[in-house]
Amino acid sequence: MWQNFINELRHTMDEMVRSFGRFLPRFLEMLVIVVVGWIIAWLLRALVRSALKLTRFDKLSEHTGATPLLRGAALPSPTEILSRFVFWVAWLGFILVGISALGIVGLEEHVSSFFGFLPRLFAGLFILFFGLLAASFFSRAVLLGGVNADLPSPRLISWAVRTMIILFVVSMAFEELGIGSHTVIVAFALTFGSLMLGFALAFGLGGKDLAKKYLERRFGREQPPSDTAHEHEDELSPL
Amino acid sequence: MPETSTLSDDFVRELINVGEVDILVGVPTYNDARTVGQVVQAVRAGLLQYFPRERAVIINADGGSRDGTQDLVRAASISDLSVTPDIHALRTLHSISTHYEGGPASGLALRSILAAADLLQAKACAIVAPDSTTVEPIWIDRLLRPLLRDSRDLVLPVYRRHKFEGLLIRNLVYPMTRAIFKCSAHEPYPTDFAFSGPLGSRFLGQDIWTQDQGLHGTELWIVLSALVERCKITQSFLGVKTRSESAPADLVKAMRESAGVLFASLETNFLAWSDSRDALEAPCTGCETTVSLEHSRLNRKRLHQMFAFGVSELEPVFLSILTPPTHDELKRLARLPEEKFLYPEELWVRTVYEFAAAYHKAVIGRDHIVQALVPLFRGRAFTFLTENRDASAEEVETNIESLCQAFERQRPYLLEAWDGRK
Repeated sequence: MWQNFINELRHTMDEMVRSFGRFLPRFLEMLVIVVVGWIIAWLLRALVRSALKLTRFDKLSEHTGATPLLRGAALPSPTEILSRFVFWVAWLGFILVGISALGIVGLEEHVSSFFGFLPRLFAGLFILFFGLLAASFFSRAVLLGGVNADLPSPRLISWAVRTMIILFVVSMAFEELGIGSHTVIVAFALTFGSLMLGFALAFGLGGKDLAKKYLERRFGREQPPSDTAHEHEDELSPL
Repeated sequence: MPETSTLSDDFVRELINVGEVDILVGVPTYNDARTVGQVVQAVRAGLLQYFPRERAVIINADGGSRDGTQDLVRAASISDLSVTPDIHALRTLHSISTHYEGGPASGLALRSILAAADLLQAKACAIVAPDSTTVEPIWIDRLLRPLLRDSRDLVLPVYRRHKFEGLLIRNLVYPMTRAIFKCSAHEPYPTDFAFSGPLGSRFLGQDIWTQDQGLHGTELWIVLSALVERCKITQSFLGVKTRSESAPADLVKAMRESAGVLFASLETNFLAWSDSRDALEAPCTGCETTVSLEHSRLNRKRLHQMFAFGVSELEPVFLSILTPPTHDELKRLARLPEEKFLYPEELWVRTVYEFAAAYHKAVIGRDHIVQALVPLFRGRAFTFLTENRDASAEEVETNIESLCQAFERQRPYLLEAWDGRK
């Protein structure tokens, strides 16, 4: 019996040693992958940082309004953030490849789903970046148009345009990422709808006299108002 | 090889029937029925009276008028010159009216006229605005004679205009062009001007016709190109130019056509203007005082209000364009009451130069930069109107000269801002 016990123990020890012998090369393989991955990720970060500096990405981000936002939150520049992001995504990818090299059952699925998620993550970021750029461009265009046309509250109109575009873009980005897509769409529809209703009510109630005058003038019941102060004024002759 | 791809087959056929010419006068039109007949009559009279031996053609390039402009041009072209019965043609004076595609745009009309001049190998070409109600036959002589007699390349007009007309030209385009390109051309954005055939062909060969400056403000662009090329330029005093009632008062459009084109030209021709080249002479024939003093009813109060409103509302835009000291100074000005308000010329020059540098660096969309200058120009226009309200013609000219000198004095500031040292 004692002999049997010793044999089983030896067998178990042999198995353990064999298992460890099988695991050790995989572990070393994982370590090599992680270390090489770190070096590649570091090189990628340097490459992305140089490319972004060359293409004046920070300047472009300034236009989107992202840079002032980051500056306000005491965060690094968009170039730094993006290059760090690339570093971590690349290194995380290598770490996961390394872990899958260990051959632990069930992890491969998670690793492949991570790599499947990457294109959507980049698409979401792409939508967000260019959406912010569009929001900045159109809100500035509205602001300038409003000021030059002497409209009341051009900043408010510009802010409303910017907010609506950002809401739209964020909902698109979340939909692309698949994060609470239904909730985000419903939230966007509710917010957008309530904003529009608010504007409709505000303009409807605030501008009913103006609309009435316009319609009366349009359909000929009343002559155009003759503002005696302006009637005989010359127009500015720029050219 | 003449550039005829933009011309319709019918137009080319008509041009071929005309054959080679010595003189081509182009009249670009769009809904100018009220004035175009009178203009074409004056052009015809001028050609017959002053150039009876030259082969000449009048080309009307129309942008799709719906008020019968082209019919009036054709009628005026065949009508008797009853006002001057002693005029007799020695040669057939041809007249063609064509409709160009893609219009209305002054650049497209000009391109059609240039292509026609190129095809007909015209020695001299004049452009006459369809709304020049004060046009006289002698304008044709004054525009074309320096080209044919003195072999000049470009003839620019000098008008006598009301002291408060052409405010953007007098406060920005003229002084800045003079300071940067070192040429004292009073009307760098002319509506009536003339150029030699070879110069016209060079204009036509420029790669601008699909760009903004090939559609609007093209006249300014080609004048600036002539300054860069150091062409032989002369100025002719034409007389009184009154403002057309149909002339647009849209400041944003005017700013795009003038300051926008000027900034774009600075960007394209940096190497040409940044060196310390000599001044380019542009002698003026028959020049007299350029300012007239009729009564004007411009609303200055509104200009002041819109300046103050613009400065406060556009703060986020100005932060991208202007340096902090200039921006702070503008904010201080915007707080001043109307009676104390004064936009000093040195500050105005600094503002314009910072805008030109921001345009070069494209700190925000370039069209937005040009639009942002509009409210500030209103402030400058207010000061110009206030300073010259009771001024004589000589005093107005002195004030404009002073502004020109301020632009010249601060030219190094532009170069510093251009390089990003400001």
